[in-house]
Amino acid sequence: MQLTLWSYEGPPHIGAMRIVTSMTGVHLVLHAPQGDTYADLLFTMIERRSQRPPVSYTSFQARELGGDTAELVKRTIQETFDRFRPQLILIGESCTAELIQDQPGALAQGMELPIPVLALELPAYTRKENWGASETFYQLVRGLLKSRVPAPGTERELRHSRARPLANLLGPTALGFRCRDDVVEITRLLDSIGVGVNVVAPLGASPQDVLRLPEADFNVCLYPEIADQTCDWLRRSFGQPTIKTVPIGIGAIHDFIAEIGRVAGIDVGTTVAPSSARMAWYSRSVDSTYLTGKRVFIFGDATHAVAAARMATEELGLMVVGLGTYAREFAREVREAAKRYGVEPLITDDYLEVEARVAEAHPELVLGTQMERHIAKRLGVPCAVISAPAHIQDFPARYAPQMGFEGANVIFDTWVHPLMMGLEEHLITMFREDFEFHEGAAPSHLGGMATRPALTAAVVPEEAAAEETPATTWAMEAEQELKKIPFFVRGKARRNTERFAQERGITTITVETLYDAKAHFGR
Amino acid sequence: MTASTTFGCDVANVVYERGQRQAFCGLAGIVWLHRKIQDAFFLVVGSRTCAHLLQSAAGVMIFAEPRFATAILQERDLAGMADCNQELDRVVAEVLGRRPDIKSLFLVGSCPSEVIKLDLNKAAERLSAQYQGRVQVFDYSGSGLDTTFTQGEDTCLLALVPHLPALPATERNLLILGTLPDVVEDQFTRLFTELGINTVHFLPPRRIEALPPVGAGTTLLLAQPFLGETARALQKRGATLLTAPYPFGVEGTLGWLRAATEAWGIAAERLDAVTAAPIARAQQALSRQRALLSGKRITFLPDSQLEIPLARFLARECGMELVEVATPFLERQLMAPELALLPAGVRLTEGQDLEAQLERLRTDRPDLTVCGLGLANPLEAEGLRTKWSIELVFSPVHGFDQAADLAELFARPLVRGALLQV
Repeated sequence: MQLTLWSYEGPPHIGAMRIVTSMTGVHLVLHAPQGDTYADLLFTMIERRSQRPPVSYTSFQARELGGDTAELVKRTIQETFDRFRPQLILIGESCTAELIQDQPGALAQGMELPIPVLALELPAYTRKENWGASETFYQLVRGLLKSRVPAPGTERELRHSRARPLANLLGPTALGFRCRDDVVEITRLLDSIGVGVNVVAPLGASPQDVLRLPEADFNVCLYPEIADQTCDWLRRSFGQPTIKTVPIGIGAIHDFIAEIGRVAGIDVGTTVAPSSARMAWYSRSVDSTYLTGKRVFIFGDATHAVAAARMATEELGLMVVGLGTYAREFAREVREAAKRYGVEPLITDDYLEVEARVAEAHPELVLGTQMERHIAKRLGVPCAVISAPAHIQDFPARYAPQMGFEGANVIFDTWVHPLMMGLEEHLITMFREDFEFHEGAAPSHLGGMATRPALTAAVVPEEAAAEETPATTWAMEAEQELKKIPFFVRGKARRNTERFAQERGITTITVETLYDAKAHFGR
Repeated sequence: MTASTTFGCDVANVVYERGQRQAFCGLAGIVWLHRKIQDAFFLVVGSRTCAHLLQSAAGVMIFAEPRFATAILQERDLAGMADCNQELDRVVAEVLGRRPDIKSLFLVGSCPSEVIKLDLNKAAERLSAQYQGRVQVFDYSGSGLDTTFTQGEDTCLLALVPHLPALPATERNLLILGTLPDVVEDQFTRLFTELGINTVHFLPPRRIEALPPVGAGTTLLLAQPFLGETARALQKRGATLLTAPYPFGVEGTLGWLRAATEAWGIAAERLDAVTAAPIARAQQALSRQRALLSGKRITFLPDSQLEIPLARFLARECGMELVEVATPFLERQLMAPELALLPAGVRLTEGQDLEAQLERLRTDRPDLTVCGLGLANPLEAEGLRTKWSIELVFSPVHGFDQAADLAELFARPLVRGALLQV
């Protein structure tokens, strides 16, 4: 058993639901107990979809367990087919159905429906949501296209008289973080370099669209967590190369364009950013100077976390003090990135472990998921959301991509917003005893109440106590002096000073020790 | 209601349906129970799906520290049973280590834990002994196999019944059963005091340390209609169950109070005197909402078992026309006083066959549909106005002073529909 306060991902059948809800003409029959329909809410509420997800549930209850649940499965499949007339039916099980082993996939195959029926294996006790989505998408694409795979050794037909190379955009799904607008932004970006979009899938695609996937010259793997496996299969089966750079951030956009240029054999050397690309200038403008070296902790799915780390360091001048992901399948990418920024990678789906690591790193900004908002609130640290899982406010009405040039604009605003503005920060440092404008007050543009006490009360003493050897104590004046350090770097200063003292065998930390340590570590 | 309307529904006319159900499982009860019982922690023993449900239902609340969690079963837990108990002990130790302020722990069964027949009852006994004097451990089922939405509160409170202290033989008390918002609890306490009933207790209490006593002198009044199992268990411990409508609206609240005063032998004049002012106030506030709701047609899809009492209130006090009233589970005895007040001939449905029910809804096209969040937006997109039902469980809606608020919950979508020009 694993104690879980918050889980980063749902079970794998939620991933399957994300694929079918993204598409048209596909229906999922889910063998699941009464109550599992809660998942519909994710789509109708969080994403505010105006249609029910194309999912039928068997809704078995205790009294059915004594009887014939297999018959219930067959009836649900038949009724689903009769009512919705989908072009393709997927059959899956939720975690409870997996235990009773009715083999709904085999039952469905035996019914000989006049449409393709694909059975999904979704191991609910070992795998999670993104894996479920990736597997479902792969099975669906493979199921529809495997009869069309050319014989091995067949020469791939080259792009002929078409003026523009064509790309598939693979990976965007329902409930994906900003997928809706990323697709628009990337379609625009591709158009600006003379590349057309063949099929976007799964978001908005029908089974017919999936059949057209091989017509593209290459695949753009926008969300590797969802489409990596599918892109790989398409490459092996149809010889379509995959564009692997995820275009989040200015640097990544340029790499993305260059990669397409190489793969598609087109000249992209003259590509210029559109006039609406403001992020780079905003970050260079003097107002942003105070962002330099701000300590940032990053956690999310691997794709967004790695992209955020690059943007944070190269494009905003922040310092990454923590980098991690809950997606074990993509741990390698995060480990490599962590090495670049000289931090210990954090690969875990344990919320409590993330919380401990954030507290320990004393960041001035947390970039994470909905869960890190909980952590940041508890610790009183500013926070912005960069990755799923996200709540309703991160499925906004306005155009809010993360990818492409507009995505970089959006990210600049989103990340800087929770931080205290430069002048405010200076004044709070200069005048410690201002009765309105004190360190515990939240940034004035955010209004609301101070959240700071949670950190000083709950986390710092605990942690300081744990790290402090009994031999090191703070002289009263030194403790007073420490309080004059701006609160968002104070935790770090305390830790550094104690480390400095311990390394030198200093038992009582004085004001002198504090400044010696400050000089030693610098900022 | 027109003057010619006759009242009284025959349970024989209830249509029973089964098929796909669009409802929460009993685990959802944790979302409000953990706020009500302030020293309790709810540990679900289940799968990632259960954890996901809980955080989807409660996730917008950003807790500094939630008082619920899930012990997610892993592959190796499914292999052998003995191991499971050790694992559970370890997880419980982790929870209690993290939250030393917790006084009671609920082990909550789920579909997976029930299918693998994990004995949480034994585990609760074992852990209670282990943490004796510090933490009381209870167990109940919130699984979708056994419980629908609010039934999770029934199974939770049922688990508390054996632990209620005995009421001394010479004493009487009035026990109000069902989670009420604190403000409503306080209003009712004041009313009962004015009526001359001074020993009023509530189940669930705000703290497990303060469990109410029960015995032969206990008079039991249900504030919520979904607590049949708990009511029967309390009756077995000697409590006398009062027959009353549920305290929604003026009529329901008055009938509910009357049941208590009659059992207590309090004169009708006293009841009239004490309730006159609140009733006048409620009527005045209700008249504004009645103007908005009168003549409008409403359908209830099954969700919480509150459907029948709410339909009664909307029909009789707000002048709405009932098209279909569906409930996940119809407890005939507990609902009898309510059925007697419903307009005769109302289409009543127990259970659900979702697609068939939606077809009826599309044919009926009522002015307002009460349904869950999985259906609300899709129905709005079809041009049907909806009132999402879960809010009715989370809002103060009982009693005289909430009667107009309750009506307003139904009027609001209609007002909004008329207001919006886009």
